[in-house]
Amino acid sequence: MSNATDTAQKKKAPAGERVADWADGRLGIYTLAKANMRKIFPDHWSFMLGEVALYSFIIIILTGVYLTLFFTPSMGEIEYHGSYVPMQGIKMSEAYASTLDISFDVRGGLLMRQIHHWAALLFLAAMFVHMMRVFFTGAFRKPREINWLFGFLLFVLGMFTGFTGYSLPDDLLSGTGVRFMEGAILSVPIVGSYLSMFLFGGEFPGHDVIPRFFAVHVLLLPGIMLALLVAHLILVFYHKHTQFAGPGRNNRNVVGMPLLPVYMAKAGGFFFLVFGVIAVISAVFTINPIWVLGPYRPDQVSTNAQPDWYMGFSEGLIRAMPGWEINLWGHTLALGVFVPLIIFPMVLAAIAVYPFIESWVTGDKREHHIAQRPRNAPTRTGFGAAWISWYFVLLVGGGNDLWATHFHLSINSITWFVRIGFFVVPLVVFWCTRRICLGLQRRDREKVLHGRESGIIKRLPHGEFVEVHEPLTQDELHTLTAHEQYQPREIGPQTDDNGVERKVGRVEKLRARLSKGYYGEQAQIPKPSASEYEEITSGHGHH
Amino acid sequence: MSSQGPDENVSEDKQPEERRSGVERAGGGGAPDPFADPGLPPHEPRIQDIDEGAAKRSERAVALLFAISMLATVAFIASYVAFPIDKIVYVWPIGRVSALNLSLGVTLGIALFCIGAGAVHWARTLMSDQEMIDERHSVAAEPEMEAKVKSDFVQGAKESGFGRRKLIRNTMFGAVALVPLSGVVLLRDLGPLPENKLRHTLWSKGKLLVNENTNQPLRPEDISVGSLTFAKPEGLEEDDHDFHSEIAKASLMLVRLEPNDIKDKRELDWSHEGIVAYSKICTHVGCPVSLYEQQTHHVLCPCHQSTFDLTDGARVLFGPAGHPLPQLKISVNKDGYLEAQDDFQEPVGPSFWERG
Repeated sequence: MSNATDTAQKKKAPAGERVADWADGRLGIYTLAKANMRKIFPDHWSFMLGEVALYSFIIIILTGVYLTLFFTPSMGEIEYHGSYVPMQGIKMSEAYASTLDISFDVRGGLLMRQIHHWAALLFLAAMFVHMMRVFFTGAFRKPREINWLFGFLLFVLGMFTGFTGYSLPDDLLSGTGVRFMEGAILSVPIVGSYLSMFLFGGEFPGHDVIPRFFAVHVLLLPGIMLALLVAHLILVFYHKHTQFAGPGRNNRNVVGMPLLPVYMAKAGGFFFLVFGVIAVISAVFTINPIWVLGPYRPDQVSTNAQPDWYMGFSEGLIRAMPGWEINLWGHTLALGVFVPLIIFPMVLAAIAVYPFIESWVTGDKREHHIAQRPRNAPTRTGFGAAWISWYFVLLVGGGNDLWATHFHLSINSITWFVRIGFFVVPLVVFWCTRRICLGLQRRDREKVLHGRESGIIKRLPHGEFVEVHEPLTQDELHTLTAHEQYQPREIGPQTDDNGVERKVGRVEKLRARLSKGYYGEQAQIPKPSASEYEEITSGHGHH
Repeated sequence: MSSQGPDENVSEDKQPEERRSGVERAGGGGAPDPFADPGLPPHEPRIQDIDEGAAKRSERAVALLFAISMLATVAFIASYVAFPIDKIVYVWPIGRVSALNLSLGVTLGIALFCIGAGAVHWARTLMSDQEMIDERHSVAAEPEMEAKVKSDFVQGAKESGFGRRKLIRNTMFGAVALVPLSGVVLLRDLGPLPENKLRHTLWSKGKLLVNENTNQPLRPEDISVGSLTFAKPEGLEEDDHDFHSEIAKASLMLVRLEPNDIKDKRELDWSHEGIVAYSKICTHVGCPVSLYEQQTHHVLCPCHQSTFDLTDGARVLFGPAGHPLPQLKISVNKDGYLEAQDDFQEPVGPSFWERG
């Protein structure tokens, strides 16, 4: 058999290669590696934000699995007899007691808890900033809209995984958060009290909510998130990463370093960097000291009751909303709670659907792989900044008591600021941001046409002082003019060639108006054209 | 996709294209584009690319980082063994901390960080930093492939008879739409129906008001001016199976007012010698209202800052709560103890649809 000679030859190959050959015969890994092993990734500092999120997620899973080994997700009441003296003899749930055990009786348990919680905060923060990076550079455009939604879902699910997670220790602070959730559910018209009974297995707090949250927190949500994460990464590989415009970089190529070895080392190393930093932070800065808070009791509360930061904007909504309540025909509609419950997903949806709105306005069906500079899309940048300001106004509202005590302000004034700011601040921020973008566009235009200010003052023979402008290099000229500019969409003639009136729908009119708002004269500065450039550079004596 | 060339060398299709000079182009015929893409800039070697000494230094730096990581892991294990879990030490500037937690975290952090720093330093100084190019390909299929897939689909669908045999199609839709209902039905036993559970608390006529802290029945003289007293219904003990669910509704706060200060007539009628009893559960989303302002007799919920005026039927002065705190009618029994006259007349806590 010819196999004999094959094996004889293969014996000479190193062990790693033989394993790879074996796997290729069964999994076809060489085909996969051909496309991906030397895949090119462009380099930019902002591209690592998603990596931070990815690595925090891995850290959360590692530490989370460890915590499940010691945590008891039960609301059974016991008397505490562990090693934390101040809680001796106090009644508490097994969930709370086992969290105390993890913190005080398991060596390294406290560190794992702290890393788990810090990594969760970082995970959400990194996803938020990563999402903003993608948004402001237009990296959500075709063909990446679906990946934008995957990322968005990861962010939203991350919020709820965080909420169900920090509720598990059943401490006084998180229990208050669960109580708030119950109140919000109760406000749902018609089915509110039913939903509450089903979630809590009876009246609040009952004995079921912690075990149920546990299943949701360790199994259901992470399972969905892991699937979304894998899909997200597959699409990143499949689409190839976006890159910024520059010499040699265009919409048809991707320029950078190969996965093997540079990005394996850099990205793999970056995982350890993130993990290391979180470990040190967790060792030095205490987070969620549940032993200070005490076990949950529905009739007790502490001041400074704040959710984790990513839930803060929903807290702001609920704090700022006036206490409207409608009583009619024997029924109550608690608008003061229900309206925030409705606005909460709408704040998030506003950013989620944006890519589809923009592609509808532009009508652009082409693929885009060049990351835009935010200034070159002033309306989008304005919208994004307005959204962030909206989010942060609500965060201020969520911490209105902290603002009041730290800055000696009236809590009523802060609440009123949030109520008005909710509507006004995004508009102001939108307007200002767009103006700033236009200003930056003008500066780019000046730079291209007249060169860079050199700081050298020259006196001309007739006595005039001028500043010498240095021309830009070809690289810079290309980079500053590489972006495309849309023209506003025209509705076109209202009548056709034969004079028959063409019906223009309202939707079409709205689209044209939006397009004008996006790309009209007020909304972008025309980039310098070749003829403008020639005219100025050939006309000597014009500083 | 790229095919891999021999070692060291960048494959043909990934080589930077020849750099064109914009100036040269401008001198050429036709209409030159002053903003033309000059192509990838030439690779600029790093010091490690030209100086073997510098490369050696980088190599040693990377190896040092990896070695530090190994030492830190050893230190981690040593800390785990050496420090008792309850040892507290003072470390400037953090303060008093657990020695074990701090040493484990810092050593683990260093062990991990140094691996990362070593790998990144290696990549940045010693691995090739020659930029390469991958071509992009349209995500959407070529027209021929698209046509082929679509015709295959039409053929497959036709062979199934899906469109022609409507009876099969419709009954299949019906079956598939109905079967998830089983799953929905199974959720029914997640909890009981609300019925009137949210309307009633443990309070009823004759139930004594028991001090939550001392567990003793309260007399009027126990309620001092200027402070909140928290009470629970007689018979409800911390050991009870449903303690939390019951106290979540029955929790009560008592305050002594000047009867003349009470503006609301019903409040006065339901009070005893100026002692008024209100539900402690906020009508917004159910936090325990527990901040009391002595001078104004306002109570504030620390969660969302709803403010209630206890001298005026606990009406809402500010904040997101939608209605006043329910009041409990109280009096004194023949032994001189405070007792409830009835259950709350309206549901306590957050509003819900059937509240009315």
